[in-house]
Parts: sequence; C-alpha cells; structure tokens
Amino acid sequence: MEKRRLTLQVNGEAREVLVPVHHSLLEVLREDLGLTGTKHGCELGECGACTVLVDGKPVLSCLTLPVECEGREITTVEGLARGGELSPLQTTFSELGAAQCGYCTPGMLLTAQALVQQQARPSRDDIREALAGNLCRCTGYLKIFEAVELASARMRGEPEPAPVAPEVVRG
Amino acid sequence: MAEEQRTDLSVIGKPLPKIDAAAKVTGQLVYAGDLTLPRLAFAKLLRSPHPHARIRSIDVSRAAVLPGVLATLVGSELPIPFGILPVSQDEHALAIDTARFAGDPVAAVAAVDEETAEAALALVVVDYEVLPALMTVEDALARPDCRINEHGSHGNVHKEVSFDFGDVEAGFREADHLREDTFFFEGNNHLAMEEHAAVAHHGPDGKLTLWSSTQTPHYVHRALAKVLEMPPAHIRIVACSNGGGFGGKTDPFGHEIVVAKLSMKTGRPVKIVLTREEVFYTHRGRHPVRMWVKTGLKKDGRITAMHFRTALDGGAYGSYGVASLYYTGALQTVTYEIPRYKFEGVRVFTNKPPCGPKRGHGTPQPRFALECHIDRFCHDLGIDPAEWRLRNTLAPGTLTANQMQVRTIGLKACLDRVIERSAYREKRESLPDGRGIGLAGSAYLSGAGLPIYWNALPHSGVQIKVDRGGGVTVFCGSTDVGQGSDSVLAYVVAEELGIEPKDIRVVTADTDLTPVDLGSYSSRVTLMTGNAAIHAARKLRGQLLEAAARKLEVPVERLRMAARRVWDEADPSRGLSFAETAVLAEAAFGTLGSVGWYRPPKPAAKWKGSGVGPSPTYSYSAAAVELTADRETGIVRIDKVWIAHDIGRALNPLLVVGQLEGSVYMALGEALMEEQVFRKGLHKIPSMLDYKSPTSLDMPAVESILVETLDPEGPYGAKECGQGPLLPVIPAVANALFDALGVWVDEVPITPEKVLAALEGRYRSPKMPDYTYPETVVVAPLEPAAPAAPPATTALAEAR
Repeated sequence: MEKRRLTLQVNGEAREVLVPVHHSLLEVLREDLGLTGTKHGCELGECGACTVLVDGKPVLSCLTLPVECEGREITTVEGLARGGELSPLQTTFSELGAAQCGYCTPGMLLTAQALVQQQARPSRDDIREALAGNLCRCTGYLKIFEAVELASARMRGEPEPAPVAPEVVRG
Repeated sequence: MAEEQRTDLSVIGKPLPKIDAAAKVTGQLVYAGDLTLPRLAFAKLLRSPHPHARIRSIDVSRAAVLPGVLATLVGSELPIPFGILPVSQDEHALAIDTARFAGDPVAAVAAVDEETAEAALALVVVDYEVLPALMTVEDALARPDCRINEHGSHGNVHKEVSFDFGDVEAGFREADHLREDTFFFEGNNHLAMEEHAAVAHHGPDGKLTLWSSTQTPHYVHRALAKVLEMPPAHIRIVACSNGGGFGGKTDPFGHEIVVAKLSMKTGRPVKIVLTREEVFYTHRGRHPVRMWVKTGLKKDGRITAMHFRTALDGGAYGSYGVASLYYTGALQTVTYEIPRYKFEGVRVFTNKPPCGPKRGHGTPQPRFALECHIDRFCHDLGIDPAEWRLRNTLAPGTLTANQMQVRTIGLKACLDRVIERSAYREKRESLPDGRGIGLAGSAYLSGAGLPIYWNALPHSGVQIKVDRGGGVTVFCGSTDVGQGSDSVLAYVVAEELGIEPKDIRVVTADTDLTPVDLGSYSSRVTLMTGNAAIHAARKLRGQLLEAAARKLEVPVERLRMAARRVWDEADPSRGLSFAETAVLAEAAFGTLGSVGWYRPPKPAAKWKGSGVGPSPTYSYSAAAVELTADRETGIVRIDKVWIAHDIGRALNPLLVVGQLEGSVYMALGEALMEEQVFRKGLHKIPSMLDYKSPTSLDMPAVESILVETLDPEGPYGAKECGQGPLLPVIPAVANALFDALGVWVDEVPITPEKVLAALEGRYRSPKMPDYTYPETVVVAPLEPAAPAAPPATTALAEAR
C-alpha cells in the first residue's frame, strides 16, 4: 500500500500526515486527524454530509484526495468557531432549530458559509440552489433556509426579521 | 388547578434552543461512528448475493490466515435466535442454514483495519444452493411448499387476522350508498443520514459494552443477553446520539451482536459502520401495503359500517411485522364516527429485506387509503369533503368500535384551521386547470399503551440528583434521535425546580447509568419521560421548598420557585438562591435524589390483538396541500402545505414546528418519489442518488398551526408531534391531484409516469392478492359501557 507524507493546512494549522494515497480527504480528516465533525452519509458524493471548504469552496471530502489539497486551506466544521465564539451561521442554526439530529449540519454549515461569503444578500432561491447537494432528512430544510437568511442579515448589520411564530389555538 | 391547565410556567412553552444545539453546530456531538478506542479492530459482514439460498457450507479458513485478520465468525457460533417481538424470535446474527434475502449477512471478519476486513471477505467461500426467489406477495402465496421463514402461520403467511366489531354486514344493509376502493402504498426506506454503526468492547473484567446508533437500547440489551447467553448485568448498552432514526434503528440488529461476539473472540474493541448500500438492505422500513376498503353511508354522509382489508409485503423476517399488521387496522376508528368496523389483514414473507416501523408505523398506509376514500365517497354523494370531515369527527372521550379510548381530540380544530388558512373551500374546484387543493385529517399514538414484551413495569423511569453546588443531573434511558428528547427532560426538570435548562446535565440512554425507558418509538418519549420527570422532580421540589420554608419562616404554600431562586410570594425580596436551598435541603434530608416513573393507563379493550392501538392519548393532525400538476409531463410540484397539529401543549414550539416541517417533508418524499423497489432479487436503487428524496429545491412553503387541547394524560397537557403530522399530508397530495387534473392515482409514490397513465386512461388500479382471510373473530362490545376518558393513572396522579 503506497503511502505518502503530506502537509495539510486544516483550520489554520499545518498538519503532517502519512497516509495511503487512495484514502479520501474524508477518511484522513476523521481517522488521521481526529476531526470527526465531518460526517459521511454515503461516501459516494451523493449526500453532502462530508462537505468541507477547500480555499473557501465547498467540496465533497469523500471524493477528494488529500494530495490535491496540499498548499490549500481546508476548513472543517471545527474551524468555523473563532476563539470559542460561534460563527453567525452556527449561532442561527442553533437558535432556530436548524439542526435536528445534527448529522447533516456540518456539511450544511460549510456550504452555507461559502454562500454567505460569496454573496452578501443571498435570496431564498440562491440558498435553495446552494444547498441542493446537501441532504437533510429531519428539518424539511425550512429552518435551515431561515437560519442562513438570519445569519446573512446579521453579517450585513441589518435589523433582524421578526421571528416567525406559529399560530397557536386552543382546541 | 389541573396540571394541564397551568399558566404559570416559566420554561415550558418557550422557543428555547436544544440543550445540545451548540455541540451539533460545532461538530462535537459524538455519534457511534465517531467513536474510537485503543486497539480498535474493524468488522465487515459478508452478505448473501442470492435472495433465497440454502447455505451448504461456509469456509473461512483462507480469510482467517490473511495477515491482519483477527477473527472470523459464522452463524453456527451464534445459534440462539432473536427478534424485537417475543412472537418473532426468527433472526440470527448471521444466517445459519438459509439466506432469506440478498443482503442477509452470512459471515463476519474482524481485522486490524477496514480494508483488511474487506479483503478477507473476498476469501470466504460460501457454497450456496439457490432456492426460488419469491419476490412478490403473489409468488410467495403461490409457493406454500417453499417456506421462506418457519415462524409464520402457514406457507409464507406470516400472520393473518380478522375481526368484526359490531356486524358490518348489518351496517351495510342500513346504508344508502356503498363505495369500495383499492389502494397501494409502496415501501420506502428511512434514509437516516447516519448509517448504522456500533462499537463493542468485551473488557478484561468480563463485562461487555456496546455503543450503538440505536433508538432502543433496552431492547438491544435484552437481545444481546439472550444471544450471547450472558447475564444482562454484565452487559452495558450505550445508545449514542442518533443521526436520525425514523424507526430504522429500533430493532436489535445482527451487526450489533456480531461486533460483541467478535470483541469476545479477539479481546479487542471492535467497530462496524454500515455502508449506505448495507443500510438499504438492513431496511426495516415502510411495508408495501395493498388495501381494500368498503364503506356504507347514509345519504347525509354518516358512516354505517366500514370494512378494511390490508395485505403487507413483509420481507424475509418478522421484525415488528405483527405489530405493523395490527396497526394497519387499528387507528382508522379514532378520527371519525365509524359505528361498525371490520378489519382483515395478512402479512406475507417474501425474499426481500425485512420491513418494520417507519415514522407512523403501519398507519400512514391505511390513512392514505381512508382519506382518499373519504374524498371519493363525498364526491359520490355531492358532499364537500371539508364539511364531511368537520361533521363526522369523534367527540372527546369516545370509546371506538374497536374499543380504543379517545381522550381529548383536536381534530376538528385542526381541520378548521387548515381549511380557513388555505382557503380550501374557495379554492376547491375553482383553481385553474392543473392546479388543485386537497385536504386530509389523521391521528396517531402518543406512545404505545403496552410494552413490546409483556411486563408490569414502568415504561419510563427518571432519576434526579441535586448536588451541593446546585447542580442537577437527570438520568433517563430515553434516546435522543434528533427530536430533542434530552432537551425535553431538561425543560421539565428546570420548570419543576425553578432553574434554567442550561443548569442541568442530562445523562441518557446508558443501561448502566440510567433507569429504563423503553426507547424512541411509537411517539412515546415526551409524554412518558415528561411524566416520569415531573414525578421525580416533584419529590425533590417538595424537599427544597420545605427547607426554604423553614429558613425563611414562611409557609410552603407561599413560596415560588423560578429563575434559580426561591422566594416568598408575599415579599419577593425575601428569598434564597437555588444553590443555597439545595444546601439547606441536603442538611435537612440527607443526600438529595429522587426517582419517578410512568406507566400508561390500562387499555379498555380485552380482545386478543387489542394490545396494538391503545395509547395514553391520541394526537391529531390535518393538512391542506396545494399543488400544480403538468398535463404534458405528469410532474407534480407542491406549492404550499398547511399543517395543523393537536399537540396537547407545545412544551417548546420551536421543536414542535421542527417536527411538523420535518414530517411534511418526509410525507412529500413518500407521496411523490421514495420507493424501495427490487429487480432480479436485488434492490433496484440502493444509493442516495438513485433513491430519490426531496432536496432543498423540492421543499414547498409550510404554514404550521399548533392546536392545544391540554390533555390530562400528557405532561402539562402535551401530546406527541414526531410522527402524527406526516400522516395527513400524503392523502392530501392525492386528493389535491384529483382537484387539479380530475384523475385518481390509487397509490404512492405518485410518479409522473402514473399521472400520465391516469390522464391517458392507461392507469391500472392495484389489485388485492387472491387470498382468503381467516375466519372472522366477532368481538363483543364492552359491557357495561366504559366510562368516558378514564382519569390519569397511578404514578402521575400521585405526583399531582
């Protein structure tokens, strides 16, 4: 089994690994670097759970080879919070219940992170389009859309839209 | 004041984030697949490539000597059968003599890494004698001589039932109008994002620990003890946070037993993570069900009698199937007035992965049939389907024909709200061609009234410990599958002790540390653990208040507890912090701790089979769906869904709405695209790309409405919300399609091909299998008439 020594830049840290060349970035992140925040739902590039950012762009780590990532900046969910402070998206995902079981959440957050960095004012359709490759079985996506919109509004420093409360009636 | 009527709540009812939300958004929540231990080994399963085959021999000798292989395992080393239901102990961890579906595990290997284990599987030689693959109900019924599973009734009939409650034929004779319809609900998979994973460690102390992605650690505990012939006391099951369950992780699984045995053989911890393809073959998902329903009606729409038949394609093993079968007949009666009712059902073994429970367990299929059938007989009689539903909902406290006890019922309010909010009456038959609106109502359990194995024990237990620093830890066997059950425990205990949810540590789903809760199934957790937590917390609250009353020299009745403080209502400046109160109470009463539990009310019904269907109380839902259907392509696009749910009381409206939206989403997947189908003995589409499920682009707007009926049996009046709201959405889609195009599609998923076939007059309605149901058991009505809405039961009543 051919192994190669690589230096990967992960969440701002240089990490040296010795890995079989055919191992995916997903495997190296989870198994060699202990970054288990990145999830797997298929390992075939179908579900988006393993999404990480490479140079700010979302990639499916299960279909990415680490050798392609040398000299590039890799961001995983563990790299989103800065100095113990949650990112705007992490905060709104938490506040609005956009994470139910939490398993698709890391991939969703990173895809959304790329979107809000690229577009200051993404529309609902932009968000739908950007997240179309990330499957979620719990939420029905709606709370995720709302969380991205709220984080984006906060990042722009705009007044927040009033939270949508459901109608409650006595039966 | 009755508990459910309380208005002085400070935590309950607030839209708080989940207690583990921060762990989830930072990727720090630990799922079973994330675990690692020193000296960890990896297991892989060899699965049968044939849907039905006799195993003549298995030779693992070449695999065993591959460098890096630590142990091999075959079925004969685990000869004791298991299964979730006591009546269906028909599975082996690894098939012994016969493989019953393609994907049935036949051998296992443990190795130093996953790749070595995989390589070793290729060296295992299995000599199969291929048997006839019976892939449909018809094929299986035609070959009673070729039995797939010996644990059935006869031939390939797993289980058959027939009950008459109140003489339906007499009811049909009284009818002015009779209508019959046949429907089909295709099977589908849970498709939880997390694939099943387990880690077992047989330690040097001879004790076994299993960490698993399971919704039911208690039942896994029992199965492991049985198969491994170990005392339960030497086995610890830890259910890790589930990355979604939906019923797919509620059986004890062969792979859990395999890693346990391999750990015993190797003396090392052993891990297995199923691939997505393996998850499709592990299955236990929605049963494919064919249904026939005949209803007698008076001219004004009143039902005189209903006869309902179901035929379930069970797959190769029992799983929950006996319960699933009964559920296809149990809850038709708890929504609308049905004075006479007959149910016949059969579950047939086929050479496919076993079906089991998925969100709504056995009830979405008949609910789809029933609510479509209602729209059709309303069409026959010229009655507005909305009006019919509003007029015929049950009264609170009804004892149904099949002797299910309804307590509070918010169905009419649910229907009323979605009818108004969606402008159903204005839109029906009035939208432009290709656009339509549909309506449906439904009901579900707030927890199964009986446990899976017969016992007189509590269904849920909670322990609470309070320490000198004011720290509170709640212990409960319940399993958080993403629905937020850990958070519910924290909300309830925080409410009762006057502290904040974030002050509380919650320890759950660990058979060594936590009292038994039966698991996350049947929408039982909020109601049962909530009541158990109230029961436990009230005892501590009493001690804390008494200690504070002594210190403040005021009567207990004058004290209030909230926001980490205890104070005198007459003089709010006089008070103590929660932590100070805890110290005083410990000084007065000794170390602080308490236990609480919940057991559902005794069901009214006594007929054999009536164990499936009773619940402490039923939740109700209604949905309106507006859609656009393309006459050229047959493609159906959902424009908007209105969902109203009788939640009893929303303990946290944020989490409730999350369950409603998630239920709508999952229902739309089942209504329009999801199907677990087979070709040449194999799953046709065992990948997330080919098994279509809705993406962010497919999800319509959803308007959620919460109906609060404040049920006396629920904690603070709460009912379930995790499963029920899925039910009405599927028939509402079919009903809306009729409004849009004027054609009925009698089955789900409603694919573009079926819509086009219906438009072109080529659509063929499903047919019931040619099968004679067994002799009917006539169930006598309960005498004397049962009292309406029996009072709340023992433990809870005592706590109040």
